[in-house]
Amino acid sequence: MGIEHILAAIPWDKIIIQTVNGIVTGMILALIASGLTLIFGIMDVVNFAHGELFMLGAYIGVVVLATSGSFWLALIIATLVVALLGAALQITTLRPLLGRDPLTTILATFGISLVLQNYALWQFGPVARKIQEPFTGYFTLFYLEYPWYRLLIAALSAAIIGAFWLFLKYGKYGVWIRATTQDRVMAEAMGIPVPWVHTGAFAIGAGMAAASGVLFGPLVGVNHTMGLDWILKAFIVVVVGGMGSLGGSIAASIFISLLEAYASIWASPAQAVIVSFVVLILTLLFRPTGLFVPTPK
Amino acid sequence: MNPDATPMEPLVAVEDVHTYYGKSHILHGVSLHVDHGEVVGLLGRNGVGKSTTLKTIMGLVHPNRGQVLFAGKTVTGLPAHKLARLGIGYVPEDRRIFRLLTVMENLRTGLDRHGMSETRKQELLDKAFAYFPVLAERRNQAGGTLSGGEQQMLAIARAMMLEPKIILLDEPTEGLMPRMVSQIREIIDVLHRAGVAILLVEQNVPLTLQASGRVYIMEKGVVRHHAAASDLNVDDAVIHQYLGV
Amino acid sequence: MPADLALQAPSPTETGQGGEAGRVIRTEGLTIRFGGLTALNSVNFEVRRGEIRAIIGPNGAGKSTFFNCLTGVLRPSSGRILFNGEDITGLPPNRISQRGIARSYQITNILPNATTLENVRIAVQSRRHSWSMLRHHGAYLDIIDKAEAVLEAVGLRAKADELAANLSHGEQRNLEIGIALATEPQLLCLDEPTAGMSTPETHDTMQLVRRIAKDLTTLIVEHDMQVVMELAQRITVLHYGEVLAEGTPAEIQQNPRVLEVYLKT
Repeated sequence: MGIEHILAAIPWDKIIIQTVNGIVTGMILALIASGLTLIFGIMDVVNFAHGELFMLGAYIGVVVLATSGSFWLALIIATLVVALLGAALQITTLRPLLGRDPLTTILATFGISLVLQNYALWQFGPVARKIQEPFTGYFTLFYLEYPWYRLLIAALSAAIIGAFWLFLKYGKYGVWIRATTQDRVMAEAMGIPVPWVHTGAFAIGAGMAAASGVLFGPLVGVNHTMGLDWILKAFIVVVVGGMGSLGGSIAASIFISLLEAYASIWASPAQAVIVSFVVLILTLLFRPTGLFVPTPK
Repeated sequence: MNPDATPMEPLVAVEDVHTYYGKSHILHGVSLHVDHGEVVGLLGRNGVGKSTTLKTIMGLVHPNRGQVLFAGKTVTGLPAHKLARLGIGYVPEDRRIFRLLTVMENLRTGLDRHGMSETRKQELLDKAFAYFPVLAERRNQAGGTLSGGEQQMLAIARAMMLEPKIILLDEPTEGLMPRMVSQIREIIDVLHRAGVAILLVEQNVPLTLQASGRVYIMEKGVVRHHAAASDLNVDDAVIHQYLGV
Repeated sequence: MPADLALQAPSPTETGQGGEAGRVIRTEGLTIRFGGLTALNSVNFEVRRGEIRAIIGPNGAGKSTFFNCLTGVLRPSSGRILFNGEDITGLPPNRISQRGIARSYQITNILPNATTLENVRIAVQSRRHSWSMLRHHGAYLDIIDKAEAVLEAVGLRAKADELAANLSHGEQRNLEIGIALATEPQLLCLDEPTAGMSTPETHDTMQLVRRIAKDLTTLIVEHDMQVVMELAQRITVLHYGEVLAEGTPAEIQQNPRVLEVYLKT
């Protein structure tokens, strides 16, 4: 008797919709956070410019889309261009700082983020741009018309992360990246050109951020501050998931996004954001090494 | 290898090297050399700078003064990955295998170099597994799950994948059971017969005297004694002075 | 190694007193295990007041672990540690320091951005602090006097106002000893005091230790055998976490088991 009442009171339709939303958002967040955790895991750099690489990717997507009309071309070119830019940034500003106080790299990447934000503002102006999604089309999910494109984002993000995971596990340079992450000194003694592995990893991380930017572009306006919203979430995810752990970041991204999505059933989206901060604080208090990594002995 | 073709200059030479860790002056002017194909021992108590000497040769630390030469060329200041590719293999004191990589992946880190054909890579792997059958059994196991002795074998096999001209061995028998110690001894012989030079840092005096052609003894950051191994005996005063109590 | 140099130091029976009161520190069955590894195995160890005792042993013998237990950094798995007859097993490092055990570390632990005098003064203050927040630190003349006396004892009086970061390596290591000394310990534990030093610096530090050891009990972990043989009145040899041998420098040098263990014969 009582159970039927409770079951009836639960808004199943809203929960399912928010589950889908949570997974979509979670996958984009996972793509951004993967790049961030890769960079931190391999060279102990906290990349405060990561959100701006995301933003630049979106803008390059806008430009390529406008000139070529192809969303897919925009995605590919934005990823490649930002990856190259990331490599250039790492070589010029981060390599010389290797071995110094970590605060210097934080300041350096923070400085880069400011430069990139203001460059975007100067180049593209304050008015938000739009990326047109590659196809429109909806399916009916309960009372909503849910865009297919959103599911595509989740699928593509998963595909990119999956490809990256395969590369790490089986690729020749993937082994180099994993060896360097575990023991930089011994990797060097084995002939692995560690400075270039660092550059490569930064480029990959940047490329992944850019891809997220293009994928996410159609959902919101592309403007010079769009990186700021995501970077904070990405950092929370990286800490909650366990710094340097790829699997942890992905799990944490989905976990936090789902929690926030569910919270927004009852609270306003602005209030739902509190969820991620609560999770962060609880993690730091009780399992500071990360919720999704085994506790070190 | 035609003995008449052996080059006159040493394979590795360290000349008056001073290395610091921050302010701590560890090497106070170390000079030694290893000829092509030679096994040279480096003995000394804890803290005298034996490991630091190896790290200086490997380019993992750079000296403030002095030179490191490889096959006649000055290589002081070159980064370790370049020296590894030139032909210096390094087996550090705590083995430092990649714990989260499998045995196979550990070996691959040394195999994936320029100009290595798949056939050549397979040949080297087969050789490693022939020397160390236990590694073949555990080829897909994570490095961290191996026992201490197995990790030591993996560390040596991994260095061999670089096809080095010289291998720097830092206390390979430390913490190993006697049976494993003799296995290490055999491996040193095998490498020597294959023409690989070895610089062996050890505290095990009998092993070192048996395995080496020449021996250096260090104390407080300098080389204090240098002799042919055949001229030295465990009971000698010199051994007691620098290695005993 | 000339054994007669060891006779220059006063023998323990001259300065020591009988019975429990004469034993500054004693361990009973001290054992510590890390997972499957037994780092110290039932160690029974005692030092008489005024003695200079060296603790030596090959790699992994447990010397640093032993020091860590004595100074409260590690908690033993079983066994007891008695300091002046009082059970101090398991006490935290700050309490142990208050009771009178001081330690210098292998890796220099000074404050680089403070002057030499300030480094020592802070250690002196930990012994003689008061709760008054209103008096200027310069007004604590007795503290400054004590700090200067410590600097004098370690040969750094002339560098009192020099930033600690600017001292040479040997001077920094001596400052480290000074900081330990400033806490007015009864037992001074020196962890590889001559590590990374040149021969002249080592010699200076040895003189320093000989001077200050007159008024307290000193334990030294060292690898440099010359330092050990010249400074120590008695030596304890550890091997795989157990006491292998104990005796005067002459006795230890002639002990065949000790030599076996060091040369791996």
